Amino acid sequence: DIDDVGHKYYLELELEDVLDKDRTVSCTAEVLYQLGSKTSAPDVQVTVQGELRSTEEADQEFYNRIRSLEKELVAENIPDSHGNVPPELEPIHLLAWVASGYVIWQNSSENTKFHLAQVKHVKQVKRSDEDLQFDYVVLLHDMVSQEVLPWQVTLLWHPQRGARVSQCHGPGGT
Amino acid sequence: MFKKMWAFLVLIGAASVSAHLQDLSFDRQKVFRVIPQNDEQVEILNFLARIMEVDFWQPDSVTLVRPKMQVDFRVEAEKSFDVEDLLKESGMEYQVLIDNLQAAMDAQFDSKVRTTSHSYEKYNNWDTIAAWTADIAAQNPDLVSRSVIGETYEGRSMYLLKIGKSGQDKKAIFIDCGFHAREWISPAFCQWFVKEVSKLNDEKLFLLFSKQAVETYGKDTVMTNLLDKLDFYVLPVVNIDGYIYTWTNDRMWRKTRSKNAGSICYGTDPNRNFNAGWCTLGASKSPCASTYCGSAPESEKETKALADFIREHLSTIKAYLTIHSYSQLLLFPYSYTYDLPSNYQELNSIASAASKQLASLYNTKYTYGPGAETIYPAAGGSDDWAYNQGIKYSFTFELRDTGRYGFLLPESQIKPTCEETLLAVKYIANYVLEHLY
Repeated sequence: DIDDVGHKYYLELELEDVLDKDRTVSCTAEVLYQLGSKTSAPDVQVTVQGELRSTEEADQEFYNRIRSLEKELVAENIPDSHGNVPPELEPIHLLAWVASGYVIWQNSSENTKFHLAQVKHVKQVKRSDEDLQFDYVVLLHDMVSQEVLPWQVTLLWHPQRGARVSQCHGPGGT
Repeated sequence: MFKKMWAFLVLIGAASVSAHLQDLSFDRQKVFRVIPQNDEQVEILNFLARIMEVDFWQPDSVTLVRPKMQVDFRVEAEKSFDVEDLLKESGMEYQVLIDNLQAAMDAQFDSKVRTTSHSYEKYNNWDTIAAWTADIAAQNPDLVSRSVIGETYEGRSMYLLKIGKSGQDKKAIFIDCGFHAREWISPAFCQWFVKEVSKLNDEKLFLLFSKQAVETYGKDTVMTNLLDKLDFYVLPVVNIDGYIYTWTNDRMWRKTRSKNAGSICYGTDPNRNFNAGWCTLGASKSPCASTYCGSAPESEKETKALADFIREHLSTIKAYLTIHSYSQLLLFPYSYTYDLPSNYQELNSIASAASKQLASLYNTKYTYGPGAETIYPAAGGSDDWAYNQGIKYSFTFELRDTGRYGFLLPESQIKPTCEETLLAVKYIANYVLEHLY
């Protein structure tokens, strides 16, 4: 407890690489939930101890594949009802996790718990610059209320520059 | 006589180097029916059982064979000629009951071809599950019986399976699945459980699973003993209407599909609809909410049917397990209050041990504890209600995973999830058996 400021949490975390189960990386984080603030996201500082696996080659491959598509990529229901994700859509799924992570962070307090339930819809938007743009509709599952609600998120990604959320829109507003 | 037997032994010895009874195919395997007339002929059957794998269909074991008794047994294809020779030589009365077991089975299964056939490793739609409840009871008449405990809002029969060998004054454990429509792994577990329990009791009726059956028969004396002493009531899908809705309209639907008066929104959360601190905490009074508690406790036909059944069988039901997903939790009362139940210590140690059992298979980590502090406070749950009725051992399982796939758990995880959960359920069942009240 920090008087007049809020609650600060010191965390020691172990990150498991989803694509390489034996690979773990330790990190520490400080999360500050500001007092009485329902509208601002918690402050988060993370330090990664160790190295994250390089994905340069796979990133470049994915980037080139999408850039060379004649028609913009469109997909829905990832995973499908039975939990399947076609291999070529796995990177889209993973980027959706990134996008959802941002939305969840922006909407978190000490009393919330969200998970990405499903990518309802994703549409690639071709850009004149070098970024890839994906307009997502993601379904977020709110553990407390048990609601599963759609959020619109626009994610920009570039192999060297990484991912950024450029827009997000909750059910019935922001 | 014995000279012949020695020659026979050498012959069999040579053949058995390559063959073993764990082939999945029953091609050309024979089933014999014999009637040994005297002790000498009984001894011939004992001899056969000693030198090769003989699967006795009746009686269950060679040790139960007596003179003048009708004995049926199955032998491997390669051995069947030698067996027939020996039977002829011995003068024992015999007949070939089934000449080619594989062909007989194929004929049986072909006649049951459906558009979507049932699989324990896939998510089955309601029609398939309903048909399966009939089939599994028909295939195991001495062990499994099906009844209807009520109707859903949309008029569908709620099927309940009772599993156990007949006996006097047997106590029972009640297990339900599919409270929440979108939690597909839950009904999958109930189906798996019924299969496992039936198979282990009488593996000869599940020849299709012969590889596993032969490996586990006799080894899983735990399960076989359980079925002698306990009955299991299994309700594979509580919220049938909701489950169907997730297949046809909205994969993320949770509640029932009852119409709410004066609202455009449908459905009540069945696990907020029981009379346990009803609608006080963690539930909503709004019909549009996912945790809507309903217009009154047991306002839903489905929850009323379940509650009625339990009330009617209260003297025999000694444990209540309700299966949900996701989060990998094993919960016990209370969820409607932070107060602890009177046998908290006991429930906590059962949960701890059961979680350990579960983790022993694939290292899947479960968290356990009383509902309110372990997940969140939520009133109107069936586990709290059952507990307050006097069922001392009341647990809620939240199965895999912890959020990566959530409700959309891939079918490839059905088998491992069910296998590990079964270990925990068996542990609890055994504990209950050893602490009957």
